[in-house]
Amino acid sequence: MFDLIIIGAGPAGITASVYAARKKMNFLVITKDIGGQAAWSGDIENYTGYQFITGPELTGKFEEHMRKYSIELKENEEVLELKRKDDGVWVKTDKATYQAKTAVIASGKRSRELGVPGELEFKNRGLTYCATCDAPLFAEKDVAVIGGGNSALDATLQLIRIAKHIYLINITSALTGDAIMREKVRESKKVSILNNTRVTAVLGDRMVSGIKIKREDKEETLPVEGVFVEIGLIPNSEFAKELEKNELGEIRVNCRSETNIPGIFAAGDVTEVPAKQIIVAAGEGAKAALSAFRYLAQHK
Amino acid sequence: MDKKVKIYSTPTCPFCMMTKKFLKENNIDFEDIDVSTDQAKAQEMVQKSGQMAVPVLDIDGEIIVGFDKEKIRKALGL
Repeated sequence: MFDLIIIGAGPAGITASVYAARKKMNFLVITKDIGGQAAWSGDIENYTGYQFITGPELTGKFEEHMRKYSIELKENEEVLELKRKDDGVWVKTDKATYQAKTAVIASGKRSRELGVPGELEFKNRGLTYCATCDAPLFAEKDVAVIGGGNSALDATLQLIRIAKHIYLINITSALTGDAIMREKVRESKKVSILNNTRVTAVLGDRMVSGIKIKREDKEETLPVEGVFVEIGLIPNSEFAKELEKNELGEIRVNCRSETNIPGIFAAGDVTEVPAKQIIVAAGEGAKAALSAFRYLAQHK
Repeated sequence: MDKKVKIYSTPTCPFCMMTKKFLKENNIDFEDIDVSTDQAKAQEMVQKSGQMAVPVLDIDGEIIVGFDKEKIRKALGL
């Protein structure tokens, strides 16, 4: 039996691993990928000590730091269920089942999907959740960005330099997101902002050829070759059924990173801790690992 | 025998950077094709992979979409 299982290897999970390794805990890390959302980030200019660094570079450094210690790491493995029983915490994945005395959940968030017909079919066939990755493939093409917050505005600003025309499809009555970005988007002649508009379907043959939109009960088809979905994130917390969560599905924790179940801790973007920042997630990961260590010392 | 490795990428894509770093760490020589500046190559990538997302790896004709370490290892015999 492990002392600790850490779920996730983004900034929170990796930092928890470093702390657990330094406390010489017998622990296992289970994760789908390394770096998490931070690896997707373009430019990072607010991680103390680095005035400028890219997401892959920073998470590369995190990974290097973690691997300095000989840790047991299960990559490409997805947690399906986490349960507290009398004899410890049981973690079931798509490959195996593991037992530990404590757990730190640092499974982060994933992109929210539209949930409309055609979305899954045309994923990576014109529809993408990563503007930073795929925007350059849409040079001189008409595209749609779905969303109205910062990530949608960021995608739009990237596309202004590349695409022919951008339809910004926003479900609410006005764009949210930072004022500076909103201004830049409004100033561009390349952008049409469609407020109070929802996407009802993604259309195409082999690749995307358009979207169906609905505005004040009127449905129309917009011919576009690219669809950038930027409608926020949802927490990867479904596997922890017994844990208390808020209305967004984020795990509730107290200031010691404790959840409502003894021995189970959580950190980073999967929790309801505000300020979803890499540096906050890293700090929360450190706290959670130290809390698990303290719990073990008290429950020998 | 060394395999011929091509990567279709964009300069801003995090997974492209990770894939290239992974190849370098494993001492694999590769040709880096920037599809953000070369439309013809971008088309070639779409045709080869049947989709529009980077990175795409061409390892001796075997096409791998995304930074899939396990598939890349297998294709390269690492």
